[in-house]
Amino acid sequence: MDGSRRTFLKTAGCVILGAGIDAPIVRAVAGAVSADATPGELKAERWAMVVNVRKCLQREGCRACIDACHVAHNVPLIKDPLHEIKWIWKEPFKNTFAAESHPYLDNGLAGKPVLALCNHCDNPPCVRVCPTGATWKRSDGIVMMDQHRCIGCRYCIVACPYGSRSFNWQDPRPFITTGIKPDYPTRMKGVVEKCTFCTERLVKGLAPVCVEVCNKVAGPGTMTFGDIRDPGSEVVRMLKTGFSIRRKPELGTEPQIFYLV
Amino acid sequence: MYDTGKIMTGLAAFLVMLTLPFWYSAATGKAGENPNPVLPKTEKKCVESRQYMRDGHMDLLNRWRDAVVREDRHIYVSQDGTRYEMSLNNTCMKCHVERAQFCDKCHAYLGENLFCWNCHLDRKGVM
Repeated sequence: MDGSRRTFLKTAGCVILGAGIDAPIVRAVAGAVSADATPGELKAERWAMVVNVRKCLQREGCRACIDACHVAHNVPLIKDPLHEIKWIWKEPFKNTFAAESHPYLDNGLAGKPVLALCNHCDNPPCVRVCPTGATWKRSDGIVMMDQHRCIGCRYCIVACPYGSRSFNWQDPRPFITTGIKPDYPTRMKGVVEKCTFCTERLVKGLAPVCVEVCNKVAGPGTMTFGDIRDPGSEVVRMLKTGFSIRRKPELGTEPQIFYLV
Repeated sequence: MYDTGKIMTGLAAFLVMLTLPFWYSAATGKAGENPNPVLPKTEKKCVESRQYMRDGHMDLLNRWRDAVVREDRHIYVSQDGTRYEMSLNNTCMKCHVERAQFCDKCHAYLGENLFCWNCHLDRKGVM
């Protein structure tokens, strides 16, 4: 090569260009991700849930929804409260609704267990603080988790005012005592997890597993799931049947779990 | 050249050492075992061509992961037009039932350290 700077730069440019276009060509060999929705998939403008607290309290010791969720999603059972993992759980009224609680509540309601889970907020603080985009709000309002991107910094746990997020301080697999279900992944040490409104079931046209099981065990209307923007939906109908409250609405997170009291 | 003898001896020794694996396997007839992944008996055809799956399965899996988890898209149309549910647990592992018989064979051979299996499971529920 007669080494003029001009020739060198030309060649170098061609080489860089060639290396750049090489990768996309190789990738184009495979097929494509379809833009079509899965047939039978449940879609909504805004998913929400209504929990009928009085109906739920008629079966105070019931754990049907909790067990069903935790078995379906390979959630480990860890007794130590510092390490425990929970997607849906029960918490005394005075803790779930601290501001609404007072010593003269009827029937000792203050100490009665109320169902708690991720509120799938319209303005989710966990999403704002996540540095890697491992958690985000989907267009249908579900606050989703991508375990692949979670680096375990736990900012989201600090940000969530509802305690809806759990951190895997240890490998959860030895604690999945009900037998690991191979059709749903477990989690690994060092990632955060929480309720996902059963996105894997919505795709198959099924309601979240907690709602399905609860309605079988405690009767329909104890837990309701649906599109809050659809005036004809079951959740909207349920909200019209009584007075409903939300957890810590004063924080401005716009939680989407409604409690009929 | 000074010390031609020493240099040439050194070079020859170096070359012998470098090519020792070849001499060794030629002399003993024993070579390192090739990875031999066991293909499923139930299916003849994978999602894409054999060559593409060999070279690009990791790329495909990454695209599937992002599409399903982040974009809520679940259908993959392969080159020949077949539609598949994008799922490692439920599509790949449906045929490749046992990861130890398939995935691990090459990955172990190449010393690949994957974190797929920290969360995902094969059909046998093997961790």
